[in-house]
Amino acid sequence: MSVFAALAPLVLATAEEGAEHAADLTTSGPLLSAAWLIPVVPMVLTFAIVFWGKKLPYRGWELAVGSMGFVALYGIVLFFMNMSQGITYEGSVTLAEIGTQALGDNVGSALVFEWGWMVDGLSIMMYFVVGVVGTLVFVYAKGYMEGDARYTWFFASFTLFGGGMLVLVSAPNLIQLIVGWELVGVASWLLIGHYWEDHDASSSAIKAFLTNKIADAALFIGAIIVGLSVGSFRFTDIMDVIASGSGSPLSRFAFWGGVAIFIGAMGKSAQFPLHVWLPDAMAGPTPVSALMHAATMVTAGVYLIARMFPFYAVDGFADEVRWVIIAVGTLTLFLTGLIALVQDDIKKVLAYSTLSQLGYMVTAMGAGAYTAGLFHLFTHAFFKALLFLGAGSVIHAVHSNNMSDMGGLRRFMPKTYSTFVIGALALAGIVPLAGFWSKDEILASIRFAGSADGYTVAQGGAWLADFVLVVAIAGAFVTAFYMTRAVSLTFFGEYKGDGHPHESPNVMTYPLVALAGFSVVAGLINIPGVTSLFTDGVGARFFAGFHELEHHAESLDLGVALIGTLAAAAGILIGYRIWFEDKETQRARDAFGVPLLYPLLRRKYYIDDAYFYGVVKPLREPVARGVDWFNGHVIDLVVNGAGFLARAAGKLVYLFDQRALDGAINASAGITSFGGGRLRLLQSGRVQQYATLLLAGTVLLVAGFVIYNGLTT
Amino acid sequence: MLISQFIVLGAGLFSLGVYGVLTRRNAVLILLSVELMLAAVNINMVAFDAAWGDVLAGGQIFALFIIAVAAAEVGIGLAIVLLIFRNRQSANVDELDLLKL
Amino acid sequence: MTLSDWAGTPENWVFLVIGLGMLFAGFRVVTSPNVVHAVLYLVAALGGTAALFLLLGAEFVAWTVVLVYIGAVVVLFLFGIMITRAPVGREVQLSHPIRVRVSAAIVAFALFVLLAASVVGYFEDAVVAPSAATRTDDIGQAMFERFVMPFEVVSIVLLAALIGGIVLARRDPTEESEALR
Repeated sequence: MSVFAALAPLVLATAEEGAEHAADLTTSGPLLSAAWLIPVVPMVLTFAIVFWGKKLPYRGWELAVGSMGFVALYGIVLFFMNMSQGITYEGSVTLAEIGTQALGDNVGSALVFEWGWMVDGLSIMMYFVVGVVGTLVFVYAKGYMEGDARYTWFFASFTLFGGGMLVLVSAPNLIQLIVGWELVGVASWLLIGHYWEDHDASSSAIKAFLTNKIADAALFIGAIIVGLSVGSFRFTDIMDVIASGSGSPLSRFAFWGGVAIFIGAMGKSAQFPLHVWLPDAMAGPTPVSALMHAATMVTAGVYLIARMFPFYAVDGFADEVRWVIIAVGTLTLFLTGLIALVQDDIKKVLAYSTLSQLGYMVTAMGAGAYTAGLFHLFTHAFFKALLFLGAGSVIHAVHSNNMSDMGGLRRFMPKTYSTFVIGALALAGIVPLAGFWSKDEILASIRFAGSADGYTVAQGGAWLADFVLVVAIAGAFVTAFYMTRAVSLTFFGEYKGDGHPHESPNVMTYPLVALAGFSVVAGLINIPGVTSLFTDGVGARFFAGFHELEHHAESLDLGVALIGTLAAAAGILIGYRIWFEDKETQRARDAFGVPLLYPLLRRKYYIDDAYFYGVVKPLREPVARGVDWFNGHVIDLVVNGAGFLARAAGKLVYLFDQRALDGAINASAGITSFGGGRLRLLQSGRVQQYATLLLAGTVLLVAGFVIYNGLTT
Repeated sequence: MLISQFIVLGAGLFSLGVYGVLTRRNAVLILLSVELMLAAVNINMVAFDAAWGDVLAGGQIFALFIIAVAAAEVGIGLAIVLLIFRNRQSANVDELDLLKL
Repeated sequence: MTLSDWAGTPENWVFLVIGLGMLFAGFRVVTSPNVVHAVLYLVAALGGTAALFLLLGAEFVAWTVVLVYIGAVVVLFLFGIMITRAPVGREVQLSHPIRVRVSAAIVAFALFVLLAASVVGYFEDAVVAPSAATRTDDIGQAMFERFVMPFEVVSIVLLAALIGGIVLARRDPTEESEALR
């Protein structure tokens, strides 16, 4: 933290330059050409941990944290380089080229499969987040996972996740992105199911994987549509096609391609109605929840939309999909926030909170606020990871996830308490913490989208922006509300548990402190009108004429900022009133006086039930039974038939062996015996017979000789 | 007189003698057939001698030698037959089959 | 030489008669069921050879055949027949069963054909010119000048045969002495 403070003046000074020379982009350098190491190092170290981890002094942790630390260092260096002089670089290695008739003939005629690494503003931001948050979470996990039976394997899977995520964000083409996408999906399954002896954990892991898989199918379709109509899967090629204007085949298929890709993003970023897997994913260890299901993996969907942003922004392509995106994001934002109010499990509260914040990011993207959405992703990573790790610290001390077993923990765990509160305030969006700046920018962008120059007005939907704004502000209120509840139930009041909770070891609290520091300062790099480091940094990308699509706030939109802060403050105050002061009625706390709403929220709008009875059960019973019948009667028929054939063939071979082969052998023996018997008669002992034969032979020989002589003379 | 007629006659007698050697069961009769063969050879000898007009009469002298040797051979042969007869009380060559397998 | 030429020479007719007789006799030697008859037929065959020798002018050889062959060898055969109690009479089979006879006949006939064909093919029309009979004096001269070595060897052969015959045919000395006791 002190390092950052020391560098701040330097950064601020160079940032001024960077803003003016936005067109001056760095396109080469040794650090950039070597950036392929960023995803590769964790992937390689995963295998190292698998093979040699158990023998190492720290049982593999040193390799895991080393890989993340390497990425963090690299990411920090690139981040600062990018702030002073923007970077756009794409390195690649061609793996295969397939000649094909592309629908679009403006980009090449062959489908190229290549492995590459993008180094531009967007990717550098992701490297920074994954690396820094990853390192801190890995350090924390060393303490949290101490004594776990599958310690080494845990860190191997976690490093695999890190590598997969980096593959995803460094991908210069859709194919590699999908590879990384799937890798993190596998890692997520491995890690959620870490405690697989618990049936809930293993079924949650499968639920997460399958829900994502449904979305992935859409992602594949979308990627294929886009890739084939452009003739290439490379993002730069896609952006070039978009830059050349509508009329290309891409614009014909853009809408459906855009929808399909967005559905893929919905799966990974848990948007309504594919959000159901995230709360259940809390069955995994808390470090996993902190890193994957708060800061990084779930942000992959937002990243994808950001990467494809021109596709969704430029007129004539998939810009009409933004209606869908906004709708989905807004729905997610609000509905999931409400569920957080009725959860007893502290991790579930945070999970629904994450869903709600992801809704914010997606809504921002839909409204065309590229920078705002990404900025919120950036800040959210820090304070949400902080909150999860804090929750983990509490759970570790109390040995229970439920807030009904907690209470009054601020006396026992001061460091956890103070960092948690900082995180909660950041999440609620209290100035000057990080959440305020990012959430404010989202609100401002939504407002702009509804204004005269904005997107929605231009498309004829001025009412939409206003509606979304109202929902977003309401969401801010709800966020503050449930976080106050969580803090109060956990850290205040009487301790309702059994044991003697104590503060967690340093290895767990130091990352909390570090993340709290980030939560405080991370927002300061993009104060509207003062600094726009983040905007410029993230703005360094390949699509040149892109900046004009966005709205950049020249100064702080005071109106929105004020209303947002008021909403958050209201949430905190009302929450304080209910949960801090009124300590008597438990039911009042949880039901907050609206009995009808409570069961609906507790049952999570019956969506999980709908999935279960609508999808899972019909598949499980009729389909599974049908498949079983087919297997038993048709496939087994084939197998049994094969067995029968094999037996028959065996019998045939046996017969052949017995009769034919043995017969032949016996016959040869018989012939020999017979012949011998006959030939024996030659040795009759009768000399006259010998003489006859002798003479016959001689006569034949001589006759032959005579005839030969007669013929040749 | 053609030479060939003498030689053919000799060949015929010789073949008859061969037939007899291979066919007869009594040992003495076999020896008898051998005598026939030797006689045929004698005819050959003398016929050729007359044909070449040998000054030394080599063919005739050889015929004399053949006669002498034939006589010796008959003597020994009959002595052997006698011994066989003493051992087996029979002169049938059928019974002299100890060489058989 | 044509057939008429051949038939015109009287010696040929003599040869023909004697030859046929010899062949018949030889045939009976090997097929006669009676042992003594076989011996007598041999006598006839040997007599025929003597006649032929006379025809060819080999007088000494002819009379030697009569004296030695017919006079001594045949008598020896008769002795042999007597001592070995060869079955005299018609009942006993003197030749092998027909299977053996057929195969022997085939072989013998093949031999005959081979010899005859070779000779006829080679000599064709070569003739034995009738000439004066060989003088015994010349034979004696040749025998004791040119062929004296074979003569001496043959005499040793006869001696060996003589001794051999005695040794073979005598009874075992111990047996004899016991028999005498």
